[in-house]
Amino acid sequence: MSEANKQFNIRDYLREYLFPHFLCPGCGHGIALRALLWAIDELDIDKDRLAFVSGIGCSGRLGNYIDANTFHVSHGRPLAFATGLKLARPDLEVIVITGDGDCLAIGGNHLIHACRRNLNITCMMLNNEVYGMTGGQVSPTTSSERYTTTTPYGNHEPVFDACALAEAAGAGMVGREITLQTPGLKDVLKQGLAHEGFSFIEVMSDCTEVFGRKNDLGNSAEMVLTQKASVRPDFLEDAVDQPFRPHQIKTGVLAKNDRPEYAESWRRHIAAMKRDRDHA
Amino acid sequence: MPDSAPSKTANLPGNHACALGAIAAGCRFYAGYPITPSSEIAERMSAELPRVDGVFIQMEDEIASMGAILGASMGGMKVMTATSGPGFSLKQENLGYAAGAEIPCVIANVMRGGPSTGLPTRPAQADIMQARWGTHGDHPIVVITPDSVPEIYAQTIRAFNLSEQLRVPVVMLYDEALGHLIEQVNLSDAGDIEIAERKWATDPKPEFLPYASGDDLIPEMVRPGDGFRTHTTGLTHAENGFPTQDPELVDRYMRRILDKLEIHSDLIESFEAIDTEDADYLVVAFGITARAARRAIKQARDQGIRVGMFRPITLWPFPVAAFESIIDGKRGVLVAEMNAGQLITEIERYRPAGCRIDGLNRIDGETITPRQILNSIQELAGHE
Repeated sequence: MSEANKQFNIRDYLREYLFPHFLCPGCGHGIALRALLWAIDELDIDKDRLAFVSGIGCSGRLGNYIDANTFHVSHGRPLAFATGLKLARPDLEVIVITGDGDCLAIGGNHLIHACRRNLNITCMMLNNEVYGMTGGQVSPTTSSERYTTTTPYGNHEPVFDACALAEAAGAGMVGREITLQTPGLKDVLKQGLAHEGFSFIEVMSDCTEVFGRKNDLGNSAEMVLTQKASVRPDFLEDAVDQPFRPHQIKTGVLAKNDRPEYAESWRRHIAAMKRDRDHA
Repeated sequence: MPDSAPSKTANLPGNHACALGAIAAGCRFYAGYPITPSSEIAERMSAELPRVDGVFIQMEDEIASMGAILGASMGGMKVMTATSGPGFSLKQENLGYAAGAEIPCVIANVMRGGPSTGLPTRPAQADIMQARWGTHGDHPIVVITPDSVPEIYAQTIRAFNLSEQLRVPVVMLYDEALGHLIEQVNLSDAGDIEIAERKWATDPKPEFLPYASGDDLIPEMVRPGDGFRTHTTGLTHAENGFPTQDPELVDRYMRRILDKLEIHSDLIESFEAIDTEDADYLVVAFGITARAARRAIKQARDQGIRVGMFRPITLWPFPVAAFESIIDGKRGVLVAEMNAGQLITEIERYRPAGCRIDGLNRIDGETITPRQILNSIQELAGHE
């Protein structure tokens, strides 16, 4: 029970000298960051070996606060950058922190191909249903009918299911959790980090200040309780829905795909070619 | 996998010379996306890199390939990508990130006609302003325009040296005709060129400032895993690497990344001047067009017209000091280029009083011929 005895202290992983941080009151992103660092702590990963790559948006700024090798890159491109970094430096634990706009809209193509390649990267996508940093515009995951600064008459577009996309594209591991279930989120992230391959974890975050306010969704606590009421954890997969309260959003580890990891299979392939050449 | 290492002398198309120059310079990571007329660079790299324990990856698009090389560069490798017009447009976003975060990288742009999809299989020299100003905001960049296959080889090595030493993106800019032209290259020439390495930080003290520099204005680079745990961002940053909007710190950062090229101009500047000293007239040409100009000035001299040629090898930053001393006293200048008149706007900035400046422009997907240049020289000289 060494794990239980070891006290996780988030301050060991933060650049506290940058505080106060820039997140709004009630924002779920800080809880997601806590869960991620907690998972890293339990896996006992050396900070010098940790490389965080993030894009643009509220999610992209989390890297600032982590005491590790942190790269804040261009909008939508963290997975492309991380692919180069991981291939150049397989010894690093490369973690991408991205958002629903960064990952699914402008960076959608990179997500599909990162899943397909199955390079050993962990991608944590913070889904707060909105472009918060730019003032609250509609995103690919904004729920229907919701108001944003660019859907003044309500959102009429369908919602992107990022996890279904990642699974279909071949990601090695796919998971989802809400911030309220912080220990559960930590466990899903831990599985993602430990998985040899590309793991995609969607975190249902909440944007209280911009999205919540615009849609009269209440304070942060009310927003996450609403989230909780709509999820179906993986252990309740067979439960029967109550028609007045459908549990539509599945959480937990949603898919595992035992496919060859990209860099490892590449190294094996090249080694075999060299062997053939030497014996020819 | 072909098993023979390249022989010391080889007949190569320009694009292969570019790839082999990169390998000789120490490039060990290439990410690319197929595009005519540059694809042979990627193809050659895909064959060469595994032999030297390097990494080749074909990414999902141009943007991703530019992003991937920056990740690998920050991981500590010398990196490259190659493209052509439409792809070069897509690379501008991350090229700006490289300029701002000072990430060494080399980008080859094998120019074709444009705009848009344009003339994929025909040469042009119409991306020279895009190469300088394609990404947004004030930014440092070095652009090299070779005029032969051996020069593509040698200058690609130099491009890596400059990029690694100055922490700046370097563009190898040549046209489709040079990319596919086959000439003999002496690969052992690489042995004569010193290979430069980036300046690594070695002492991870808590007070280390990743974007502080000495008089050379080049900050040391950190390798992840060496204990520095620094932050890299495309946001305007202070010497500690973290974003800032403090006007004083912003100004210091902006001036440093721009001034660093100026104070190292001796390293960057490169040009060729032929018969310019006694000349009344000057032809300014670069890349494939300079080859035609070389012949044309000889023919003009045979006809008694005293004409010389100025050829920028490093096109950007433009070799201003050298050019100003050469253009001084000239009666006329002909700027020959395969575009509608781009370099001429730069040349006009240095026009001495009484000097006439003509443009010779070809935008039909064909190279400029020696006869066209000779005719224009005659017109320039006969005008008085």
